[in-house]
Amino acid sequence: MFERLSEGFSDALRKISGRGTITEANVREALEEVRTALLEADVNLEIVNTFCEEVVADALGAKVTKSLKPGQEFIGVVQNRLIELMSPGGPEGAAPAGVLRISPGPTVVMMCGLQGSGKTTTCGKLAGYLKKQGRTVMLVAADLQRPAAVDQLRTVAEQVEAEMSGGAAVSFYSEPERVAEYGQAVGAAVEVCVNAVKQARAQNIDTVILDTAGRLHINDELMGELQRVNSSLQPHQIYLVVDAMVGQDAVASARAFHDRLNVDGVILTKFDSDTRGGAALTVRKVTGAPIKFIGVGEKLDALEEFHAERIASRILGMGDVVSLVEKAQEEVSEEEAERLQEKMAKGELTMEDFLKQLRTIRKMGPMKQLLGLLPGVGQALKDVAIDDKQLDRVEGIINSMTPTERCDVSLMSNSRRRRIAHGAGVDPMEVGKLVKQFDAVSRMTQQMAGLGAMGKVQAMRKLQAMGGDGAGMTGWKGKGSTSQASSKSRYKKRKRR
Amino acid sequence: MALFKSVVSRITKGLARTRESFVGSLRSMLSGRTLDEQLIGEIESRLIQADVGVQTTRRLIDSLRADYKAGRATSGEDALAHLKREIKALWPESDRRIHFAPPRADGSKATTVILVAGVNGSGKTTSVAKIAKALRDDGKTVLLAACDTFRAGAVRQLEIWSDRLGVEVIKGQQGGDPAAVAFDACEAAKARGVDVLLIDTAGRLHTQDPLMRQLTKIRSVTAKRIEGAPHEVLLVLDATTGQNALRQAAHFTEAIGVTGLFLSKLDGTAKGGAVIAIREQTDIPVKFIGVGETPDDVEPFEPEAYVDALFAE
Repeated sequence: MFERLSEGFSDALRKISGRGTITEANVREALEEVRTALLEADVNLEIVNTFCEEVVADALGAKVTKSLKPGQEFIGVVQNRLIELMSPGGPEGAAPAGVLRISPGPTVVMMCGLQGSGKTTTCGKLAGYLKKQGRTVMLVAADLQRPAAVDQLRTVAEQVEAEMSGGAAVSFYSEPERVAEYGQAVGAAVEVCVNAVKQARAQNIDTVILDTAGRLHINDELMGELQRVNSSLQPHQIYLVVDAMVGQDAVASARAFHDRLNVDGVILTKFDSDTRGGAALTVRKVTGAPIKFIGVGEKLDALEEFHAERIASRILGMGDVVSLVEKAQEEVSEEEAERLQEKMAKGELTMEDFLKQLRTIRKMGPMKQLLGLLPGVGQALKDVAIDDKQLDRVEGIINSMTPTERCDVSLMSNSRRRRIAHGAGVDPMEVGKLVKQFDAVSRMTQQMAGLGAMGKVQAMRKLQAMGGDGAGMTGWKGKGSTSQASSKSRYKKRKRR
Repeated sequence: MALFKSVVSRITKGLARTRESFVGSLRSMLSGRTLDEQLIGEIESRLIQADVGVQTTRRLIDSLRADYKAGRATSGEDALAHLKREIKALWPESDRRIHFAPPRADGSKATTVILVAGVNGSGKTTSVAKIAKALRDDGKTVLLAACDTFRAGAVRQLEIWSDRLGVEVIKGQQGGDPAAVAFDACEAAKARGVDVLLIDTAGRLHTQDPLMRQLTKIRSVTAKRIEGAPHEVLLVLDATTGQNALRQAAHFTEAIGVTGLFLSKLDGTAKGGAVIAIREQTDIPVKFIGVGETPDDVEPFEPEAYVDALFAE
């Protein structure tokens, strides 16, 4: 996508490069690409149209810097606009992160949203987030309709209490006898919430989170119930929970919830899917409320603060280098990275190190998903099957080596090779190939350690070209090593900053 | 999506919302208008807003415009008829039905296995309850398998449905192996000689490889225990989902060979137009639509009614 966008811009702008400014006709042509990109990312059609008009105005007359490709410059304009839309006023002007705290408590937070947007799970994550900050939390089951919703929240509350770090207590409040079939329990939620807040006040609890039932924004009766909860409790914060995979309809539901409840913040869930997340733009634009958090997994700690720049890149299909670096940082400690760097420079990298690194990378997720985070790579790999199984085999082979063999591959005789192959259940040829390739890689990394960034890229290319022998091991060699080195080099780059 | 409700005239229930939308659905944005470039533009916008996707919309619009230029389509009604033809051609009636297991060689009935999967929050469990009720009302014996051992309360949720519907459920421990539950369910289905075994699975994002592999395992367990199983693999797709629906369809098909879609939550304002793009790109048909919270709120998919609903005002 990024390439296509970039090429689209470059083509359109090449014609005018002599004059050095962007004209309307050319911009229009380039914008068609932006339009498609945004629509494919599920940004609402009307918002896309307005957005494109604004970009034209922005870009017109802007000087095309000679040093840059005009296409990229134009993307810059587009990206900045996107970021501006999602966090008006930049980082300084943004609403404070985290959850507002009222004194005296309890701070009342109400969660609302469509069915299946992930409210209950998010309640748990939010409770965990607050617990970490030392805030006591009470989770209130105000969903009296979905079968077993109360049980689900109770279990979630117990999990947060037991598994999440932080000393503060997480309690649970419900009135299970009020649960009824769909449409029968309307209104009861108001009383449950009122009672819960009373109890929270008596127990001196810091924050109360109300988990309301999922409802359709066009269901008057149920929306009315939410309004009654709102008017009788006056929650300090109302968060709208939105599925990040939502399409054009985001505009209708977000508007309906906002019109009735005046939401204070948005939480986008399921961002660990491969959605481009255009809904972020739509919901932000419609409600004007800041996007507070994004949910990035099923685990209770998978809640992150929102970063507009990253989502802007993602919407434009530009990959998410920052996320990749962060993932790498989670897995590799700084000392470990430095130690490896040194070893590489001296050419002392062993199979043991390699195995460790391989495992580290694989812990970060499936190879394809990781590579997809690199700009431009995602689209290129769209139809390529990357077989993580080949990496399993590499691991298997190394696991079948003795520690001595792992430290010194030159020991590898034919009989050792056969033994290892037998142990790993592969052909002896594959063991030989892995050893040979490992040798080549470690020589290359030794050279690379002494090169600048440009040299590294060239060395990388050479390495990749070598991998093209079409045999079974090319998988780990070409692709595996690329991602390994690039996450590392980016990591280094970030450290220098 | 009002029209779906109206098809079965559930207006008798007297819900104001339903009645309102029923009246509304009779008007189409296309009726009584002359076809021109402006109207074509409006149709294009409507398709995009229904999540049909840029590529598929362009293809539909190009063919409509060709008809318009050739003088074959001159009014809004013509345009509607054209789109109905195009979209109906995508879904032949035969593949919108459930595939049941053929009777055994000795003439005795065989158990049909239906595996239901989808991303988190798409509405799998509710959809399973709906299918169970429809099959039960059709005089078939149904057994449910609660293979969502991950989400807190999921087994309980299906249990409550099974109580309400009077259908038996096979369940495992929370945190247990879902493939083991599937195994037990297959054995139970065979022992009891039920007509249909409906397997509810945990919601999972299509990008989570280990979880997708687990799903593959559940599928192969049923395939080993019951001949020809699963006879139907339904992906539950939330109608509010945007272009990511295509990725979901592709990934789930890769893992478990999806044979049909259950398009859920069509009772909102979302139109689920992504199913058209999915049909074009992966050939998976829509079999059912979900139009509400109660177990009665399920309909077979009707392409013509669907197109009407896309352009309803």
